Amino acid sequence: MTSDFSTRAHDALNNPQLRANFRRAMDGLMTKRAAQFEDKDNWHALRARGAAIKARALARLPDLLEEFEQKAIANGINVHWAETTADANRIVLEILTAHGAKKVIKGKSMVSEEMHLNAHLEAHGIKAVESDLGEYIIQLAGEAPSHIVMPCIHKNKGEIAQLFTDNIENQPYTEDVDALTAAARQVLRREFASADAGLSGANFLVAETGSLVLIENEGNGRLSTTLPPLHIAVAGIEKLVEKLDDVAPLLALLPRSATGQAITTYVNMISSPRKAGEKDGPRQVHLVLLDNGRSRVYADEQLRDTLRCIRCGACMNHCPVYSRVGGHTYGSVYPGPIGKILTPQLAGLDCAGDLPHASTLCNACVEVCPVQIPIADILVRLRTEAAEPSTSPAVKGAGSGHSAVESAVWKGWQAMYAHPAAYKVGTKALSVVGNLIPAAAPLLKQWTSVRSKPKFAAKTLHELAREKGYDHE
Amino acid sequence: MSEARANILARLRAAPRLQPPERPQWQAPGFNDRLDRFRVMIEAVHGEVHLVSADTWRAHLRKVLAEKNVARVLAAPHLGLDWDDMVAYDAPVEDFKDQLVSGIDAAVTTTRGAIAETGSLVVVPDMDEPRLASLLPPIHVALLNAGDIADNLAQIMEKQGWAAAMPTNLLLISGPSKTADIEQTLAYGVHGPKELIVLVLQ
Repeated sequence: MTSDFSTRAHDALNNPQLRANFRRAMDGLMTKRAAQFEDKDNWHALRARGAAIKARALARLPDLLEEFEQKAIANGINVHWAETTADANRIVLEILTAHGAKKVIKGKSMVSEEMHLNAHLEAHGIKAVESDLGEYIIQLAGEAPSHIVMPCIHKNKGEIAQLFTDNIENQPYTEDVDALTAAARQVLRREFASADAGLSGANFLVAETGSLVLIENEGNGRLSTTLPPLHIAVAGIEKLVEKLDDVAPLLALLPRSATGQAITTYVNMISSPRKAGEKDGPRQVHLVLLDNGRSRVYADEQLRDTLRCIRCGACMNHCPVYSRVGGHTYGSVYPGPIGKILTPQLAGLDCAGDLPHASTLCNACVEVCPVQIPIADILVRLRTEAAEPSTSPAVKGAGSGHSAVESAVWKGWQAMYAHPAAYKVGTKALSVVGNLIPAAAPLLKQWTSVRSKPKFAAKTLHELAREKGYDHE
Repeated sequence: MSEARANILARLRAAPRLQPPERPQWQAPGFNDRLDRFRVMIEAVHGEVHLVSADTWRAHLRKVLAEKNVARVLAAPHLGLDWDDMVAYDAPVEDFKDQLVSGIDAAVTTTRGAIAETGSLVVVPDMDEPRLASLLPPIHVALLNAGDIADNLAQIMEKQGWAAAMPTNLLLISGPSKTADIEQTLAYGVHGPKELIVLVLQ
């Protein structure tokens, strides 16, 4: 799919309801996060620790994956490896089919979104029910998440009330949030009790102990991983951390950065399936480790930093672009600043080459990132990679945005800047005839479609400087 | 499958090897009055805290449950709770599901400690107190020894030696189940308990 960010952005910017929904949500999230990190010294020390933990785990990633696998298998967890989302979908389907599963209850998982797992399962006669309230709402609406932490942030309660009335039997129209929540609880309790399998993601995989760590507020993640007889988790290979005590600083960063909470209601550490004598918990636990381009990105020392991400969403909450256009505008599973660097790398610059340009490089995302991902630097790098074929094997679709005209213009610009005589003639010429060039001229047209054409001054800067008495050179 | 594994690991191993950075110093906070901090934090997320003693907690709990019109209580027999309509989670969930999903008003469990910094209970389900006990009934009552409250997560992990022997499931619970998915408006009990009552045994 070729993404067309600017068309969708235009629509989103002209949708006052959408903009109000995002503005309110983003303002609230920024205020709450700021209150969590008032002690700046502690924040700097903590994020330096968080960044080092993730960088360290990445530096040792192949070893940690093997260590994790060995521990998890010893604990009784089945570990699967998937190179592509198609592989991961096939593995999940095979496990479900082997158990005769017809219905899967899902905890929130962005990797399962990346896989488009629900559609794959539906196509094979297996019903996938989202149980996170936000995910449940957008599943009813037939939409994709617009935020990685709060998937239905784009909807207001009137829209949700209508969805519930239309989709839940005997549900009267109400905008009372407690009543809507209670209605969802009732419907989803039945789904949990009758599900053949539970599916979840994972926030951290601990190599030292072979454990999966999941965080959430609702309890649907715990239910999905406990009540059904089978649990399948899907996670990117970058989720590894070395030691269990690495989880402590990361947990001090993730919920506070994401929603401004000191901690989520539940931190769920799973290390094995139900053991003999235990009365609940799944009898089998499977973990599917997904690559989907991550090991390619890993080959580049700079781009590798993208894989530190702990999916808190702080970058999008603070992004002046995201907060105005919303998540759907990005046309991909991961929106906002992290999506702008992750999507073109996973899918390729040939598929999502416009995303690195959907940024003002204001650096707000970099300032709040709890693991210090240099998002702005990587955005600039990807813009460069899109313009010319790359020497790095880590970049898919490099050079796909190459334009002979643009390239020639920059070459001309470079030549003019390198030669004082050419510069003098060029700037003088523009000060004389620049204002005569119409805004709709072929090369200018696209640029001036959203900007006013600047006025050229009658005198060049050099001329003005000389008049003021500055020496030449 | 093993081909995927080999390919992924080969690609990762072919990439430039970077020196793993050391972990810079960071200290999680400590508290003079851990119980006070725990209480402030868990009450801020809608948890209820009752200060009791080893002798008084059963009588106190009976009073609290009666006030909340609780009928059926799930509790392990060894807790010695005296309640008319009490059931034990003594059968596999497959045989107990209907009752557990919709037939119990409150569950009582022990805890392995708590964290003052974030107001979190450490719950390690076992054969007597299985995983769903603290999750499916609308009220969760947790028993906590005041002496088992640590300053922070890193400290309790180390003190209790978690890494050496991770149980099937280990939970941090900080308040009742909640959501803010609808217009960032807080609502409790979306999937798990609507109320969390902590009895702190001093």
